[in-house]
Amino acid sequence: MKPHHLIAAFCLAGFAGLAAAEYPNAARDLAATCANCHGTNGKSAGGSDSLAGVPADNILQKLEEFRSGDRPATIMHQIAKGYTEEQLKLVADWFAARK
Amino acid sequence: MPNRRDFLKSTGALAAGTAAFGPAHASDVTQRALEAGKELMRELGVTDKTDRKDRKSAHVVVVGGGFGGATAAKYIRMWSDGTVKVTLVERNAQFVSCPISNLVIGGVKNIEDISAGYDNLQKQWGIEVITDSVIGIDPNTREIRLARGDTLKYDRAVLSPGVDFMPDMVEGLTGNEHLVPHAWKAGAQTVLLRSQLEAMPDGGVYALHIPLAPFRCPPGPYERASLIANYFKQHKPKSKVLILDSNPDIQSKKGLFTKAWEANYPGMIEYRANSRLMAVNAATRTAELEFSEVKADVLNVVPPMRAGRLVDFLGVDLANDRWIEVNFQTLEVKGVPGVHVLGDATLSAPGMPKSGHMANQHAKVAAAAIVEMLAGRSPNPTPVVMNTCYSFTDADTGIHVASVHQWDNEKRTLLPVQGAGGISAAGSSLEGRHALNWARNIWADMLT
Repeated sequence: MKPHHLIAAFCLAGFAGLAAAEYPNAARDLAATCANCHGTNGKSAGGSDSLAGVPADNILQKLEEFRSGDRPATIMHQIAKGYTEEQLKLVADWFAARK
Repeated sequence: MPNRRDFLKSTGALAAGTAAFGPAHASDVTQRALEAGKELMRELGVTDKTDRKDRKSAHVVVVGGGFGGATAAKYIRMWSDGTVKVTLVERNAQFVSCPISNLVIGGVKNIEDISAGYDNLQKQWGIEVITDSVIGIDPNTREIRLARGDTLKYDRAVLSPGVDFMPDMVEGLTGNEHLVPHAWKAGAQTVLLRSQLEAMPDGGVYALHIPLAPFRCPPGPYERASLIANYFKQHKPKSKVLILDSNPDIQSKKGLFTKAWEANYPGMIEYRANSRLMAVNAATRTAELEFSEVKADVLNVVPPMRAGRLVDFLGVDLANDRWIEVNFQTLEVKGVPGVHVLGDATLSAPGMPKSGHMANQHAKVAAAAIVEMLAGRSPNPTPVVMNTCYSFTDADTGIHVASVHQWDNEKRTLLPVQGAGGISAAGSSLEGRHALNWARNIWADMLT
């Protein structure tokens, strides 16, 4: 490997490492913003959907339909638009991994 | 809730399981046993002594057990896996919720429906709950003095004092809250206002004075007016609701409230903007406004408000002499390392309401940051919070306002996302049910 390739590889590894080491609980923190209505860790205390353990694709599809307006809602269409697509994916994956 | 004996039994059973499965599965099962044990210990609130062998566990003292403080206490325990010791100091033995309290004032719910104890925080989460008042904070020595005499040492402190009133700004108001209730902190005042309304004769006038913004719960006064009109309509139909607003206009969900008033309570609610209150005569229930006088049968004055006086112990200047400035990445007070302030007491970021929901969201940002910082790591650089405020316009119909706030790295604050959030298209009983479900879930999120 030529020296500059080596440096590039180191830089890439460094960046990847930084990104991962930057903040490991981003998904958990984002998901916690949903708890006021959907319960701590996505376990509803009643009256709203529990999100814990729901497959990520299901959650994400609903969120995307809320965002696009395809799924009728009183409030979720307004809330879903406040998060980036990347954030919604993190949230969906995090809830799916709860038991 | 498992008790200690069940806990010992189940760890015993898991240990036996290790032997039965044999060496091939031993590490797996041991791991599972350890995790189950840890989980149980968390549930029991027992700190894992082996985790602490080499280091003294950090101590966080939370003062104020409302939407901010109770949530912070629980989430610090949960997110630190029980390794951070948490003490919650709250002067009241019971939590009484401001959200939904207008339904009590309107006779739809009882005070018991909006009250709860702190037992679960103690039993489920291992938080030491002390019912007492704080009489001093020393941010240099990191000590909090209690009225009962002892001192708590903290590594980080979380203050969630809510608001305190400034009745001195209205002549004749100080010391007369039993005659002219505010009912802007739920509890005895809520019950008092309800009983005054019940005692009022039909044909009477209920007058509500609203201070200049910012105040706790922007839609709250207009919800209160709606629910009292709803009560009058059914039981005292000749009575009147008079809203004396210091502000130039309705501060939240204006279109939805005025529509509901016209449809449900025609002629019953009168709204007067720019009504600055100079003085009250508590004995005669008279409000002296800048240019006129109003005599009411029930006079409800929400006084001007500021950050709970607890923050005065920190010795920092307040913004506009009222609110405390925090860094919204951590909720740490500017200029006071180690002390975090949550909720209504903070100088709100742009477009951020003073609400119980927002205090709960502040608490989670602070809890995450505190757990990271105590472990020597950096906190979340880009926190996100969101808000939902439901209001009732009658016993069943709900309306909302919602917003999402993302960290803006350039402006160094949380800002509402443009194009997101908003208000109800129309009031509905479905949203009324959502409002009650919101309450049930947020109460559980903070207290169980």
